[in-house]
Amino acid sequence: MSQISRRSLLKTGVAAGVLSATGLPLRAQAKRGGRLRMGLNGANTSDSWDARTHSDAFMINCCHGCVFDCLTEVGPDGQLRGELAESWEASPDAKVWTFKLRQGVTFHNGKAFGADDVLESLAMHTAEGAKSAAQPIVSAISEMKKINEHEVELTLEAGNADFPFLLSDYHIVMFPAGQVDEAIAKGIGTGLYEAVSFDPGVRFVGKRVASHYKDGSAGWFDEIEYIAINDTSARMNALMTGQVDAVNRIDFKTEPLMRANPRITIFEVTGNQHYTLPMLSNVAPFDNLDVRLALKHAVDRQELVDKILQGHGAVANDHPIGPANQYYAADLPQIEYDPDKVKFHLDKSGIGELNVDLHIANAAFNGAIDAGQLYQSSAKKLGININVVQEPDDGYWSNVWLKKPWCASYYSGRATEDWMFATAYEAGVPWNESNWDDPRFQELLYAGRKELDSDKRRVIYHEMQEILSTRGSTVIPMYANYVDAASSALAHGENIGNNFQMDGSRMAERWWFA
Amino acid sequence: MHKPVAGLIRIILQRLLLGLLTLFAVSIIIFIAVNALPGDFAESILGQGATAEAVNAIREQLGLNESPLSRYFSWLSGVLRGDFGIPMSQALFQSFTGASTGGEVVTVVDQIVPRLKNTLFLAGVSAAISVPLAVTLGILTALYRNTAFDKAMNVSTLSAISSPEFFLAYILILFLAVLNPVFPSLSNIFPGMEFSDRLNKTMLPALTLTLAVTAQMMRMTRAAIINLLASPYIEMARLKGLSPMRVIVTHALPNALAPIITVVALNLAYLVTGVVVVEVVFVYPGIGQLFVDSVKIRDIPVVQACCLIFAAVYILLNLTADILSIISNPRLRHPK
Repeated sequence: MSQISRRSLLKTGVAAGVLSATGLPLRAQAKRGGRLRMGLNGANTSDSWDARTHSDAFMINCCHGCVFDCLTEVGPDGQLRGELAESWEASPDAKVWTFKLRQGVTFHNGKAFGADDVLESLAMHTAEGAKSAAQPIVSAISEMKKINEHEVELTLEAGNADFPFLLSDYHIVMFPAGQVDEAIAKGIGTGLYEAVSFDPGVRFVGKRVASHYKDGSAGWFDEIEYIAINDTSARMNALMTGQVDAVNRIDFKTEPLMRANPRITIFEVTGNQHYTLPMLSNVAPFDNLDVRLALKHAVDRQELVDKILQGHGAVANDHPIGPANQYYAADLPQIEYDPDKVKFHLDKSGIGELNVDLHIANAAFNGAIDAGQLYQSSAKKLGININVVQEPDDGYWSNVWLKKPWCASYYSGRATEDWMFATAYEAGVPWNESNWDDPRFQELLYAGRKELDSDKRRVIYHEMQEILSTRGSTVIPMYANYVDAASSALAHGENIGNNFQMDGSRMAERWWFA
Repeated sequence: MHKPVAGLIRIILQRLLLGLLTLFAVSIIIFIAVNALPGDFAESILGQGATAEAVNAIREQLGLNESPLSRYFSWLSGVLRGDFGIPMSQALFQSFTGASTGGEVVTVVDQIVPRLKNTLFLAGVSAAISVPLAVTLGILTALYRNTAFDKAMNVSTLSAISSPEFFLAYILILFLAVLNPVFPSLSNIFPGMEFSDRLNKTMLPALTLTLAVTAQMMRMTRAAIINLLASPYIEMARLKGLSPMRVIVTHALPNALAPIITVVALNLAYLVTGVVVVEVVFVYPGIGQLFVDSVKIRDIPVVQACCLIFAAVYILLNLTADILSIISNPRLRHPK
């Protein structure tokens, strides 16, 4: 599967349908049966089947790859493959995309899936005033056309070679046309499991549908039960005492105990999730490149990985592209803690003594305040005074982030380079947390977006990562791993997805009882 | 006999009125306290996406931009009509799907009632264990006062009450779920499950609560009985040659009932209102968890309704305690 380049899949996704139908070689041993019980955090009483509002682990696991399906899917190996779309084709400028839809698919209420469902489901995000988290992704669609029952044509305002990738987003699931309200109320999708009961913030129970287009390649459990366990200790206990078969986000403090338990397997992947310390690049003193470089070299990244992530992560290089991305530039020189460089850049900056405030709260990421203090102490040795201002968690995202000249934030990362850059580094976008506006960077961003040639894109994205690393305005000290745990009785395919926690949040689909 | 009953009814009515007044005062305090929480629903629901425009749009829609005074009175008038409103989370959800849904709107009451039932079930199980246990232990420790048994009981119940509840909960999990898997550590109860299964899953939180409330009731029982043991009529009973057990149960206990009832009622109120930590640790889907979740997302209608329910439970149980102690005490029943 890995021999097939992403490009060939992207341009014509013909192979995708075939691949997902045959499945991975290891799947030969997979067998049906059993009830998967998962303990998940991130559940709220405000949860619903409205995928536009989903943002946390519980609903992401319940919705996409479980009760609902998307048009495309990022496989466990990181390759894009078709889900409800069987194949797709782009015009040479990557502006017009034609999707062939899978035939013979029905929703849980018996309605047949077709082109109308796609158009109406996408319209839920593109409609004027729609409060969808996926709006920036689909806002580029300028026209949606039904060619026939099983074919749709989507026209973009500007070419985007990654468009099929964007449609794998967990917000953009397919609802039955004309019955969207009912589907949101009851959870009616085309997924492997149909909703049996759903108590927001408490529990979800699903039952395997009798027949499904993924039969033989996914969906091995007869029943699934997701239990909302927001409290970390309670979640770990539930797995330790065998009341659930898998939990997400394990507690690093009790991790050694879990490792010692032969009935539990911990699975860990380094994906694109990263923690950032954005500096507003147009506010003094951060408008001074040498100040930024001095600060970039004044933090001991390995120490942060060891102490804040307890080793469950990797040092990052001040750009947001991670190992799970296709064009990750692993060969860029790593920015290190370097007293000489700090001194050099401080002298060159000409501002004399450097005193800066770092506004931080644990709302940004677990241990953010500790991270700030570690940064403070490593910088102090080099004559930089970082004043760590502890902000309250409440209102952090509205009062501190994007407002204070230097603060902390996090990203779960994005499946594609363009998507990540467009989220937080494109000039003028709302989440541009460092007010990053670099002409060359912007030029490359637009060039990469409509470039269909893989080699050329690699060069473009390499340079963009280099720009952010060498002169960007965001300190990105570390990638945080996804660390989850499951009962040893469970088995999975060759790879574990690293785009989200819990095997791409598709455990119910991909795992089975050995 | 006629006059005392009428007097009793008057006292009850008086107390009920006072209770209502208290509830009104509490509602003001709740409203002020809840509104003093930093951040609001719009900000918490939007998280990282909380741009000024988005926050404002949601505030506008939920009426959060109106003055606190007008919000208080519209809330109060709703509550008086039994309408606790719609949870903000649901209101938002409705606006996503448009008003065309025709589907049922989930109100605060819809959200709270099943949770309250679960909490009452837990409180009921805990009370069924702890009250008989505490009273029996109280009588026994009074009977065998200052013996090794008395001291052992006092030390163990006092250490239980002195430990924080989550600590007791983890100790119980360690001994009864991890080392000896007797009860499940996860209380995921849901509608339609067998009573025995439900009881089994409720056991650990119920035991935790039992440990938390037994000491006070037991020590009050013991103290009240011992207090009476010096009175002349007990002396008389003893001189008649009654057994110590009989002296305590039939002669001392009835007169000690008033303080015991008061402390039992207070602890019952605690079983309903103080379960937050226990419910979180055992993932018990009761009103305490709902309360915590709602505070987290600043869902003010739900938080206010929960607070009001907690306050009402406290006031009602105190009222019951007062009335019961009046009934149990002839001197209070016949005021001069």
